Amino acid sequence: MNAAIPFSAQLINLFASVILLLAFAMLAQRRVMALVNLFALQGLTLCLSTLVVAVTTGQTHLYWSAGLTLLLKALLLPWILHRLIRRLQVKWEVESLINIPATMLVGIALVIIAFNVTQPISELSSTISRGTLGIALASVMLAFLMMITRTKAIPQVVGFLAMENGLFLAATSATYGMPMVVELGIALDVLIGVIILGVFFFQIRDQFDSLDIRHMEKLKDN
Amino acid sequence: MLSLLPIDTLLIAACAWLAIGLLGLVAPRNLRFISKTLFPLGALVGVLVGLVALGSLGEAPETAVLVIGLPDLPFHLRLDNLSAVFALLLGFVPVGISIYAAGYFRKGEGTAPGVLCLEYHVFLASMLLVLLADDAYAFMVAWESMALSSFFLVTTNHQHAEIRRAGFLYLLIAHVGAISILLSFGVMTGGAGDYTFAGMRAQQLSPFWASAAFLLALVGFGAKAGLVPLHVWLPEAHPAAPSPVSAMMSGVMLKTAIYGLLRVSFDLVGTPLWWWGVVALAVGLVTALFGVLYSTVQSDMKRLLAYSSIENIGLIAVGIGLTLIFHAYRMEALAALAMTAVLYHCLAHSAFKSLLFLCTGSVLHATKERSLGKLGGLIHRMPWVAWLALAGVIASVGLPPLSGFVSEWMLLQAFLFSPGLPHPWLNMVVPVAAALVVFVAALAGFAMVKFYGIIFLGQMREPGLKDAHDAGPWEKFGLAWLALITLLLGILPSTVISRIDAATRQLLGTGLADKLHEQGWWMLAPMSPERASYEPLIFLVTIAATLLLGRWLVRHLYHGRVRRTAAWDCGYWFQGPRAQDTAEGFSQPIRRIFEPMFRMERHFPTARDSKPYYSVKVEDHFWHWLYLPVARLVNAISGLVTAVQGGRIAIYLLYSFITLLILLLVARP
Repeated sequence: MNAAIPFSAQLINLFASVILLLAFAMLAQRRVMALVNLFALQGLTLCLSTLVVAVTTGQTHLYWSAGLTLLLKALLLPWILHRLIRRLQVKWEVESLINIPATMLVGIALVIIAFNVTQPISELSSTISRGTLGIALASVMLAFLMMITRTKAIPQVVGFLAMENGLFLAATSATYGMPMVVELGIALDVLIGVIILGVFFFQIRDQFDSLDIRHMEKLKDN
Repeated sequence: MLSLLPIDTLLIAACAWLAIGLLGLVAPRNLRFISKTLFPLGALVGVLVGLVALGSLGEAPETAVLVIGLPDLPFHLRLDNLSAVFALLLGFVPVGISIYAAGYFRKGEGTAPGVLCLEYHVFLASMLLVLLADDAYAFMVAWESMALSSFFLVTTNHQHAEIRRAGFLYLLIAHVGAISILLSFGVMTGGAGDYTFAGMRAQQLSPFWASAAFLLALVGFGAKAGLVPLHVWLPEAHPAAPSPVSAMMSGVMLKTAIYGLLRVSFDLVGTPLWWWGVVALAVGLVTALFGVLYSTVQSDMKRLLAYSSIENIGLIAVGIGLTLIFHAYRMEALAALAMTAVLYHCLAHSAFKSLLFLCTGSVLHATKERSLGKLGGLIHRMPWVAWLALAGVIASVGLPPLSGFVSEWMLLQAFLFSPGLPHPWLNMVVPVAAALVVFVAALAGFAMVKFYGIIFLGQMREPGLKDAHDAGPWEKFGLAWLALITLLLGILPSTVISRIDAATRQLLGTGLADKLHEQGWWMLAPMSPERASYEPLIFLVTIAATLLLGRWLVRHLYHGRVRRTAAWDCGYWFQGPRAQDTAEGFSQPIRRIFEPMFRMERHFPTARDSKPYYSVKVEDHFWHWLYLPVARLVNAISGLVTAVQGGRIAIYLLYSFITLLILLLVARP
């Protein structure tokens, strides 16, 4: 890394790369419980990164964002998911449609694409955290990939939430965060979404005696 | 008295119809209030519309702008002579139908009477708006409300699956037609964005685009009128609908499609090209032939009439085609003759076909039977209906002195001049078309003899028919009203033509009225009295005198003894009602001669059958040639789409993902 980059920016880059690393870890993780923990860790890192941006730039609303992230993504959602997993007594193993090494290879390709695509935007941006835009897009895509490759319902929800993390990172890095109203709205959406999905889990399990969403193929209209 | 312009009065009439319809919702189950108060009120409004239209014929066009509609897109309205001719029909014919309907609807038949009343009057009001519309927007709004309200009327007895199916088919084809009409209007604006009819008249379209507009209009209005091959909804929807609705659709609604076609081809699109006329002529001929052939082989009385409507619309299209040809070659006097025949046939068909449909309604109520094979001899039980139906049948066949003869005679007169066309092969081919028109008229006679003879004459085929009762007073009045219109149109052709001539003059610049004024009101000689003339009163008097004289001679000079015996037993003492000619048997020669035209499924009894029976089912070729392939194609395409829909969430997510990736890569800055 270039020495001309200020310390705060280096810190932001570090946190961003941790987020990317965690995204890969989630992609590779076979256990549900550990997956949720990784998700909580990603939320925490996101919070720290936002905090650093807030301190460096003096944007007060980013403090609020950071607090919200901590509360929601690092504490509340993982707690809800933990409870769900215990109540549903899910098997520990996570099945994947594609085997994990192959998924990782696809993931690497996605990261390259993400960096390639965001490079021109990062050059236009004047924010301190502009280098992390590629990472943000990459983590969105990795989360998306996780949603595609997992067959059980809970990892899919975690993927969905991780995608939101990536979007949040993108917003912070490109424009110092979205307006507070939008952020609050999204946070509420995510929370409600998880609660509704939790209800659905019970319904799916009652219907199919399993949380494997491949059973939903039966719902297809022939 | 207020000085109301005719167009304002017509608008008030449309609002009155809407209001009457809404009043039906006040007490939707109160049959007495609705049928004995609201429907007669609607009939009164109809009289008003007819009188106003009659009064405004020959006057200068009036326009009005309604502020309702979208912002900056108000409804433009215009009452000119063409609209007035059709408003005349829309006023007077529904009078009979509404009064008939007052006695027709019974308790507990499908839709609640109040809702039916709303649909019926919205239907009337929207047809009036179609005639008055002066921009594409108002026209399409009215056109679609007409289609929708009539769809709900057709599906009145929606508890039967086949009726729902008929309704769906009707709605589908109505929409195909509406799209085509909309495109035609779009072409006629010429890209100027002005959707008023005045704007369209001002456009100078190139021959290519003008032809496109005309052909689109022909398809669009043809779908509504029932031109082949878009006719398939007619024989399904008419039997499905209650009889007053069938009468309204066949008698009045089909004419709005003819109005639209005339409006586009003579008013909006500019100078017609000669080959448009050939296209309309050919389509009309095919339609007329097809309709009449199929009407001869039907054994359901309402289907028979529906096919007969197709035939009449075909004849009208032939007349429009002939008018276009003459008009394109600047032979305006002949064009005026053909145009008059078209307008006259619209009026005539409107009255007599409504009359016939209403008669089938009375028969249906009295006997609960629609199949010709279970009727017969009803003239003894239902003399009113039978004699009034006879008027409709004679007009429909085109016999003097009733209305159908006048229009068909004028059409053939126009054909007789077609060898004078300045075109090398047109002047030889068009007279052949005249021969086909005559042939159609003859077959129409066959179909109507079958219709009338099997329902009303002979012996009763079923014992239950002895309990059949004649129509009630309301129904009788409605039928008599329409029969009266048919009679007046038949015996006063010169008077009527001198009124509707204003529309011909407006569209073509010349008319027949001047010639007619030189002669008396009793005589119709469209070109010159030396060439051909028609005096309907002489026919009427001669026919009446011959009948009376014959009767008198038989009674008093021959032997005077009257012996009553079973009808049509051919002198055999053992022949019962079952041995009479059936509907299928009557049309067997036609089926045999024109076998390739039909798609038949027949079952013949063999000598060893314990329960021998014969059945024949005649199907439409167009189902198998056109509609089923299209349906299969649509199914196949949707099958391809189903393959994309795998039912796996992972696959769906993958679609979004790949779309995202491609968009990211393609839209890279």
